Amino acid sequence: MSTLALRDLKLLNFKTNSGFWLYLMTDCILFASLFATYIVLHGGTAGGPTSRDIFELPMALTETIILLTSSFTCGLALLALRQENLKQLVVWLGVTYVLGIAFLTIELTEFSSLIQAGHGWQQSAFLSAFFTLVGTHGLHIFIGLLWLFTMVIVLFKRGFTPKLKRQLGLFALFWHFLDLVWIFIFTVVYLMGVMPS
Amino acid sequence: MWGRLSLDALPHDMITIGGVVGGGLALLAAVAALTYFKKWRWLWTNWLTSLDPKKIGVMYLVVATIMLLRGLADASMLRAQQAIFATSDAGPISSDMFQQVFSAHGTIMIFFVAMGALFGLLNLIVPLQIGSRDVAFPMLNSISFWLFVAGMVLMNVSLAVGEFSTAGWLAYPPLSGLEYSPGTGVDYWIWSLQIAGIGSLLSGINFLITIFTLRRPGMTLKKMPIFIWAVIGCLLLVAFAFPILTATLSLLSLDRTIGTHFFTSTMGGNPMMYVNLIWAWGHPEVYILVLPAFGIFSEIVPVFSKKRLFGYTSMVVALMAITILSFTVWLHHFFTMGAGANVNAFFGIMTMVIAIPTGVKVFNWIFTMFRGRVTFATPMLWFMGFVVTFTIGGLTGVLLAVPGIDFQVHNSLFLVAHFHNMIIGGVLFGFFAGVTYWWPKFTGFRLHEGLGKIAFWCWLIGFMLAFLPLYALGLMGAARRIDGYDASLGWQELFVVAGIGMLVILVGVLFQVLQVAYSVWKRRELRVGSDPWGGRTLEWSTSTPIAEYNFAQLTPVTHRDEFWEQKRPGHNKQAAPALTSIQVPKNTSLGIVIGMLAGVIGFAIIWHIWWLAFVCLVATIVTVIVATLREDTERIITVDEIVETEKRLRGATS
Repeated sequence: MSTLALRDLKLLNFKTNSGFWLYLMTDCILFASLFATYIVLHGGTAGGPTSRDIFELPMALTETIILLTSSFTCGLALLALRQENLKQLVVWLGVTYVLGIAFLTIELTEFSSLIQAGHGWQQSAFLSAFFTLVGTHGLHIFIGLLWLFTMVIVLFKRGFTPKLKRQLGLFALFWHFLDLVWIFIFTVVYLMGVMPS
Repeated sequence: MWGRLSLDALPHDMITIGGVVGGGLALLAAVAALTYFKKWRWLWTNWLTSLDPKKIGVMYLVVATIMLLRGLADASMLRAQQAIFATSDAGPISSDMFQQVFSAHGTIMIFFVAMGALFGLLNLIVPLQIGSRDVAFPMLNSISFWLFVAGMVLMNVSLAVGEFSTAGWLAYPPLSGLEYSPGTGVDYWIWSLQIAGIGSLLSGINFLITIFTLRRPGMTLKKMPIFIWAVIGCLLLVAFAFPILTATLSLLSLDRTIGTHFFTSTMGGNPMMYVNLIWAWGHPEVYILVLPAFGIFSEIVPVFSKKRLFGYTSMVVALMAITILSFTVWLHHFFTMGAGANVNAFFGIMTMVIAIPTGVKVFNWIFTMFRGRVTFATPMLWFMGFVVTFTIGGLTGVLLAVPGIDFQVHNSLFLVAHFHNMIIGGVLFGFFAGVTYWWPKFTGFRLHEGLGKIAFWCWLIGFMLAFLPLYALGLMGAARRIDGYDASLGWQELFVVAGIGMLVILVGVLFQVLQVAYSVWKRRELRVGSDPWGGRTLEWSTSTPIAEYNFAQLTPVTHRDEFWEQKRPGHNKQAAPALTSIQVPKNTSLGIVIGMLAGVIGFAIIWHIWWLAFVCLVATIVTVIVATLREDTERIITVDEIVETEKRLRGATS
């Protein structure tokens, strides 16, 4: 019976992991559509500011470093999970969480300063596309943080269940994926945005 | 408090009121009947909260059938207007209403009939054909279904509260933008599609993973039934095209609600970006619908020819080629955008290239029939009708693929005739064939043959009468979506012929309804065993009715036509593994709760009732969290129970 249960668990893990991978691919297409829209509408400034006028590289670079670090700490958390070391796991997940919050805070600060300067999403197609692309990534980060939060609570309540282990693994995938998307945002939106034409 | 919602939103004209009252009365009658016969608990536990794909599949088909009737009612109104009233201003249908009706007709037929029938059949057939007991994620499956229902309900609510979109089934901006469509119509369109679309996307992921992880041991990719290959093509397209739809609808919705400028004609927006995006989803969508139909025919033709499928490998290659190529042709929907001669030439050639694998399939089916012992049962008639209509449609499609010709007939009734040729002749006939073919597997009785044949001939003749005149009209210059034209143009005779065709189709539908009703009534006489057609694939090897767990033992598979081989004399039977207990998912109401919440969110956003949208959004998030935290979601069926069930079910059929 125990070998059967083990086989069932393996199949379940396999199903869930492949399903999540496929979901990430679909999310990839979603971002690809937004990237395409951004690139097409990049020049549609309608007399408003261009990307060179408003983007600040130091801020974007800070965001990048924070998010990359959070991916690293997320990886450390996964190592702690392998060893079932509860204390380390919680510490690294906590650091990941705080870094995620920091990232979101900087992003929202950037958004609000743009809006206060009169460069909201209503001003031009370029700004609409910018807010939507970067905002969608931010929304994903927010959902990830929500997910992480509930998992930590479950971790305290139920300990290392197979289900929780599986979910933490999926979360790590999700988090690295968002990192990857951010690299593209950093490159396409910020770096290429401030390049002299 | 209630946003844009007020009593003005209720319908004013007689036709809409009639539709609402009729629909309301039908709903009331259903509720009354359920109460009178005390069937609510039965409905709730056996159907609405069930996670059994066989039941979810049936529910999909029921919804799709009801929507088909509504879509047909819309089509009849369009035909009546163009045949009788278009030359005068006195018709009962106003211009505005005419626009709502054709938008609703297209939206309903694609999203709620074709997609519903597709996922219905997938739920019914895929797990059985791959020899599995369930889908990969049963709860997700239920959520998908209820999101589909939520979209459908929202779509129909627009009849009673507010209005529907007047911007056609794909809602091109700037017409669908806030400036030209300030009402709620386009919002209804966006949110009913968005919600149903997310359901489809989740289903796509679910079924792909089901096929890739839950196939019977021994069923290698090259031993999969051809229907499963077709479904893989379809689902890959779902997984890679539907996110584009989600993104596009979101952007249009942002334009309409928070004042962004993606698709506006001013402020740097680009309406053609929308057209590109929507067709980057829309063209694969066409193949999402038709590939499963190809799969169905590829199952039916060998069974009714008593031969194995001709050219299995070339069929698989053709399916995969179509899957990939379908992403490379989207621009042929708008050659007139002005992308330049070279770009248009590329997309024109790609479009013609895609006709090659399709042609391969047609020849494969015909060669399967060649020297076979063909029986012309109803599913086979649908196939023959399909070959004729689909080939005509394919030929006109290749015509349209030539940019020079496309410039002439763009946006005309020629195009309308072409895609109805593909979708009615291809998709709809395919689903009719599939339902007739698999019906006895799930009910234990056949559909009446005679009535089915009459229905088929009405559909085929009606189709030709209704759509061949449209080709001529299109060449004569009749634009699509017109509710009036000058009498001196001399178009009316052809429109009248098309109207008569519509009537013949309606007679066909009447015979289909009769066929089902009569067959249910005479089910004892029409009773058949578990394998009425001489099936070749695993779904026919189960008992009828099918046990909840589908298969008691997961015996390894050794052949492509496994069940056919098993039935042959001298077949070396594989040793069946010993019976073990089986886990099946418990019922859950989470799917229906999430579906209802999604529907209310959509409604609240349409009417700008922001607090309600927010409350329901939070409730949805909480529900999802609760869903992921659930333990104890499975029920064990013990070996003794299995033995007893098998004895009962096998005894019932033998």
